[in-house]
Amino acid sequence: MASTITSPASADDRVSARSLGARLLSRPEIGSLVGAAVILVFFLIAAPPFREINNTGTILYQAALIGVMAVPVSLLMIGGEFDLSAGVAVTTSGLTAGLFAYQFSVNVWLGVFVALLLSLAIGAFNGWLLMRTGLPSFLVTLGTFFILQGLNIAVTRLASGAVASNSISDMDGFNGAKAIFASEFKLGGVTIKIIIVWWIAFVAIAAWVLLRTQIGNWIFAVGGDAAAARAVGVPVRKVKIGLFMAVGFFAWFTGMQLLFVQNGVVQSGEGVGKEFLYIIAAVVGGCLLTGGYGSVVGGAVGALIFGMVQLGVVYAGWNPDWFKAFLGVMLLLATIVNLVVKNRAEAR
Amino acid sequence: MTTTESFADEASAAPNTPIVLLEDIGKSYGNINALRGVSLSVRQGEITCVLGDNGAGKSTLIKIIAGLHDYTSGRMSVNGEERHFGSPREALDSGIATVYQDLALAPLMSVWRNFFLGNEITKGPFRQLDAAKMKRIAQEELTKMGISIPNLEQPVGKLSGGQRQCVAIARAIHFGAKVLILDEPTAALGVNQSGVVLKYVVRARDAGIGVIFITHNPHHAYLVGNHFVVLKLGRVALDTHRSEITLEQLTTEMAGGSELEALSHELRSVNPELVVENESQRQEDT
Repeated sequence: MASTITSPASADDRVSARSLGARLLSRPEIGSLVGAAVILVFFLIAAPPFREINNTGTILYQAALIGVMAVPVSLLMIGGEFDLSAGVAVTTSGLTAGLFAYQFSVNVWLGVFVALLLSLAIGAFNGWLLMRTGLPSFLVTLGTFFILQGLNIAVTRLASGAVASNSISDMDGFNGAKAIFASEFKLGGVTIKIIIVWWIAFVAIAAWVLLRTQIGNWIFAVGGDAAAARAVGVPVRKVKIGLFMAVGFFAWFTGMQLLFVQNGVVQSGEGVGKEFLYIIAAVVGGCLLTGGYGSVVGGAVGALIFGMVQLGVVYAGWNPDWFKAFLGVMLLLATIVNLVVKNRAEAR
Repeated sequence: MTTTESFADEASAAPNTPIVLLEDIGKSYGNINALRGVSLSVRQGEITCVLGDNGAGKSTLIKIIAGLHDYTSGRMSVNGEERHFGSPREALDSGIATVYQDLALAPLMSVWRNFFLGNEITKGPFRQLDAAKMKRIAQEELTKMGISIPNLEQPVGKLSGGQRQCVAIARAIHFGAKVLILDEPTAALGVNQSGVVLKYVVRARDAGIGVIFITHNPHHAYLVGNHFVVLKLGRVALDTHRSEITLEQLTTEMAGGSELEALSHELRSVNPELVVENESQRQEDT
């Protein structure tokens, strides 16, 4: 999508070449990039600790916690659906791995694997039910949201007798899994959590898939016009179910990060409300709520804005109570900016 | 006005056998018979016009040929082989492409992405999209059809109705359509744009494609059609060749013949001036 073809043989003199600026402005993520730059400059001035290089790692870590899930949620939104169960599905995955390994006294890796299967199954169920019933994804995933929220607490209490899963930190395979999902390393004096590396890799792969593969083309098509996509032979069912399963996969990954960063314990009530943060990141990043338009990189920038604002408020010494209000304003501003920029760019 | 039997004779006598042949096709939804005993043949390089009022069964007929619905009675053969399509993909693979009224284009996607949707060209071990090649081919194909769209990155939604029709038709032809079904391609267009689209319909025919042109406009049908089938309440009301009918006859037949006469008689008995007078009187009274 980077270059524009204007073959001289067929040039139509009614249409002048679009300037580089206009082409840049028509990218879906441009609004979020401008927003991120403004917020960066704002907090660099307003919050002195924001300038310290050490804190960069912390800010990126906050962004990555949302950003990893924002990847599939952006793809899903471009595909015309959204998933309200994404937040609690993360907790479900972490709990499953922890409880399974502890209760059956098996290697941690087996628990991790079972959690992966369950997460993919939840995604597949969401997608299947959606396609089978034709109900809006809002209703279907609202249903799964409550089911999972209830099961998380009920099953945890049943198995461990408490509201959190039993600690698995002393079990076989814990250290190995922790190294993959929740380790950290030093890079020029900055502590970098491994999830940041994973996040960047996931964004790069997903952006490539979306813009440069057949699957990506199909994702845009099923979100833009599912009937049209079906008529030209795109397997709409498979694409949508696949997208929900991608949400399942990343919910698993985030759930494992949660499990291993908290020394093998997951609180069963966690995750409620996170689904909206993922959706906000995607929308701020320029994904159209109605589908067919958007970008994975935009979703990542949306998550970065979230991380900067969350810590910026703290570093500036303000009461963190303001954070949510700030977030809401950000969402509205981003949506309006995206709309205006898009209309402007297309009018040129 | 030929009957279905003589039509079948004519079809077998013709040098090129029909690509798609419908014999006595019926489709019922529960107790509703949407189509009854419809026969139709599509030959290479011929335009078969299917005319009919709203609810005559035109849409049901094309949905059967396009693979969106299965038929419940009769026989459909493609290249001499009896077929029941399970999905539009199967119909496409048999060389039957449909350009729907709503065009089957994703409005927010660029022209080249829409052009290759479902038939993307990939390269390399990771099956990456070959964007440059796809843009080049799309541009060539569109130019071949005489359509000028300088910026293929433009979203399809920004094109005019006629341009969108042409993109959809060019796409169907490029992907090896032997039979092209056009569902009311001129219904939503102005006079000029309709003319442009009709020109492409003729070009498609000249390229050796069998065209099924669905319309409720007898003027557009008569401009390009070789063969005319008029549907009425799910049955074939007229099935004739161009040489056997005039535009006036076709229009009359299309409009419902005797029904139109009754309507014009009824309308003649209404005195428009009387209505106006009554209206003005009523206004004075109040």
